[in-house]
Amino acid sequence: MSHRYQQIALLVAIALLLVFPLLGDRFYVQFVTRMLIMVVFASSLNLLVGYTGLVSLGHAAFFGIAGYIVALYSPEAHAAGFWSSLALSVGGAALLACLIGLLVLRTSGIFFIMATLAFAEMLFYLFHDTSIAGGSDGIYINERPILTIGGWVPIDLSNFVHFYYLVLAFAAAVILLLRVILQSPFGKVIVGIRVNEHRMRSIGFDTFRYKLVCFVIAGALAGLAGYLSAVQFGVVNPEMLGWHQSGSVLMMVILGGMGTLAGPVIGAFSLMMLEELFQSMTKHWQLLTGVVIVLVALYLPRGLAGLLPARPAGNGELPSAGSSASRSASSNTASTGGAPAGVQDRV
Amino acid sequence: MDPTIFLIQLLNGVQYGLLLFLVASGLTLIFGIMGVINLAHGSFYMVGAYLAWSLTQALGSFWLALAAGIVLSVVLGMLLEWLFIRHLYRRDHLQQVLLTYGLILVFSELRSILWGDDVHGVAVPAMLSGSIALTETLAYPVYRFWLSAICVLLAGLMYYLIQHTRLGMMIRAGATNREMTQSLGIDIGLLYRFVFAFGVALAAFAGMIAAPVSSVFPGMGNQVLILCFVVVVIGGLGSVKGALAAALLIGLIDTFGKVVEFELAGFQVLPELAGMSVFVMMAIVLLWRPEGLFSRRLR
Amino acid sequence: MSETVLETRNLSRHFEGLAAVDGVSLSCRMREVHAVIGPNGAGKSTLVNLLSGDLRPSAGRVFLRGEEVTGFAPPRISHLGVGRSYQKTNVFLPFTVFENCRLAAQSRLGSSMRFFRPARRYRAVSEAAMRAIEQAGLHRQADKPVDTLSHGEQRQVEIAMALATEPSLLLLDEPLAGMGAEESLQIVELLKTLADDHAILLVEHDMDAVFALAGTLTVMVNGAVLESGEPEAVRASRAVQLAYLGDEHHE
Repeated sequence: MSHRYQQIALLVAIALLLVFPLLGDRFYVQFVTRMLIMVVFASSLNLLVGYTGLVSLGHAAFFGIAGYIVALYSPEAHAAGFWSSLALSVGGAALLACLIGLLVLRTSGIFFIMATLAFAEMLFYLFHDTSIAGGSDGIYINERPILTIGGWVPIDLSNFVHFYYLVLAFAAAVILLLRVILQSPFGKVIVGIRVNEHRMRSIGFDTFRYKLVCFVIAGALAGLAGYLSAVQFGVVNPEMLGWHQSGSVLMMVILGGMGTLAGPVIGAFSLMMLEELFQSMTKHWQLLTGVVIVLVALYLPRGLAGLLPARPAGNGELPSAGSSASRSASSNTASTGGAPAGVQDRV
Repeated sequence: MDPTIFLIQLLNGVQYGLLLFLVASGLTLIFGIMGVINLAHGSFYMVGAYLAWSLTQALGSFWLALAAGIVLSVVLGMLLEWLFIRHLYRRDHLQQVLLTYGLILVFSELRSILWGDDVHGVAVPAMLSGSIALTETLAYPVYRFWLSAICVLLAGLMYYLIQHTRLGMMIRAGATNREMTQSLGIDIGLLYRFVFAFGVALAAFAGMIAAPVSSVFPGMGNQVLILCFVVVVIGGLGSVKGALAAALLIGLIDTFGKVVEFELAGFQVLPELAGMSVFVMMAIVLLWRPEGLFSRRLR
Repeated sequence: MSETVLETRNLSRHFEGLAAVDGVSLSCRMREVHAVIGPNGAGKSTLVNLLSGDLRPSAGRVFLRGEEVTGFAPPRISHLGVGRSYQKTNVFLPFTVFENCRLAAQSRLGSSMRFFRPARRYRAVSEAAMRAIEQAGLHRQADKPVDTLSHGEQRQVEIAMALATEPSLLLLDEPLAGMGAEESLQIVELLKTLADDHAILLVEHDMDAVFALAGTLTVMVNGAVLESGEPEAVRASRAVQLAYLGDEHHE
């Protein structure tokens, strides 16, 4: 499939998403809304895993905390404001990402994976074992937030079609934002960190600061997804920040093809459709999901996007992203054993 | 705190820490030798506990169940290595994480299909069912002493393996596969299969001997895995001493955290919040010595 | 006499009791090539790593233009005008030559916490990158990914990247390693030009290149300085001939 066909496929996909609510019934519109929310979530993780090379296994912490914030912020009897609750949720997730990032980014490789998971589980236990937010049952958002612009209510969040378009707009905005960021000097720095962090430091980049900012951006975007998810379901529970959530979103990133903007979209759609299919087949659907994950890890390390031919090099667009994923991955492995490259050849 | 309760909690903490060490050392061994991060490690602990429960019922004896369970877990480990893990050696951590995460789902559902989702208990074997009087008012179960002794024995064995065998020396030196093969004169593929099986058996064995003191429940594998991660982050990789010290520390903090009622500046901390203490410890270590308490500084 | 850019006093680094670098004191002036030679394992690369901040000294001090920088991390050293190349090619292999150098030049933006304007629209950065590429003689390779280049060209990328950060002191760790005769000559010419407005600390095995370039020569053996001074005087030194040069020249 050539670059041109990919562009056509993209336009067709956008057109389909735009007209879909006019054709589909309530169940399917809500299902696609869920998938679009996961697109936002997976795209945020892709920024860390695919572009910066930070394998986080605790990304659900930011997704979940935003959900809890909007749930706790919403008054029991009437609706919260959309903008204020959104700002609080996303800001809260960003703040949490900053705190956790300050700690976990001091490690690398396998320790980073373990530490991110451990801190996410800490939050899980915090909400699961205490009564701050309904314990293991979670809490409900009785009234969905109201979106007003100067007294006018353009979008009714409890109308599933309105909500669909709101989520679609957010998903598109997030992907565009990531596209812009990746072209910027900051984007070049984080991709450089993935490929060779040691050299980034030696040419003068204090990589910790860039990784931290990247972690915060990813956390904030995960918070946006968590906010939308909490508003859609009207309920928040500890599973939202559990590690199955983290594992599942990581799976979406890899299944779709990490380090590409389309990857998380493909990954979120295909994994969720697959799971929906499995759930209709058996109570033990997670067994089938597990088998698929194992097979993907073994046979599709570069995801579904890896099946497509790489874009021609030198067209100036993300020269490093897709084609280098496997190469940089192996160089990461070499250096995660502990010593940075410069230390190994020290004598 | 009452000194009697304190002593009991101290013993419980040490015993729990030793158990954690057993599981964590399997995790570090597999990473140290094979370079594989195994998220499914906690699942083997869970499988071990369920094996102890079902085999004790089937065979009528905890000891027979233990023997059969060890054999089964070694076979399981070798099978998994042959089927899946051996494809991961030259791969990125990311794929290792993904595959072993998939295995967690598979094991969790298989457990649900085979054994259901109920919580079970395993009786302490009659031989060890008594208690030892430590003071006039304090008696401590023999089984828990036995459990700690077994863990210490295995810890000693591991220490010997790492510190005094050629394989151990090569692991500490971070030797490459070819160097290992040349020096030890054995097929590295076979070595890996045994190491992985040994790691699986360690985790499963820990689950089996833990079954009589804690209940057997579906989420036990994940719980122990997270604590093992904390142990590894705190202790640093490649150091048996570090893993042991960190495991004991976490065991004690976790045990005391659940019984001590914290009062900070007149503010009564929720007793449930005490479960966080382990993670607070990890945060402190990451701030103070991010490379782990027992690793040497690199730069 | 020109300004002293780099100075070390009693610089040492031990690895588990073993002294890889042992009490090295040397200096490097503007418009001077200071070559460091010595047998394998003499501690030359460790010395460079100590100077660039990749390793922390166990003892001793490092000064840049009179200011102490001992124990500074690599990014900070880099921003004080130090560029380095690595003995084993250490670049961004999947990126093009231009991307490699653009990234290096971008570090001089002050901060790269710039999220919205595309990186290619920062003209000054691109121009600095192109200047470095042309200086290193790579302009025809600018758009090729580095992993498609020959070994010698990859070595040139190492130097180009160091140049793109517009340093005043260059730490070059065996820039000629593995290069053919013709490529070596090119690089020697390049280093001669660079010596006009840089201070250069050069670790190198190629004796012809060393004697063609060096204004000062230091011989290291077992981590310590055996002899240091003008190249001809060092070459004439009996101790050096015995310990090092002798072997090479009487083969």
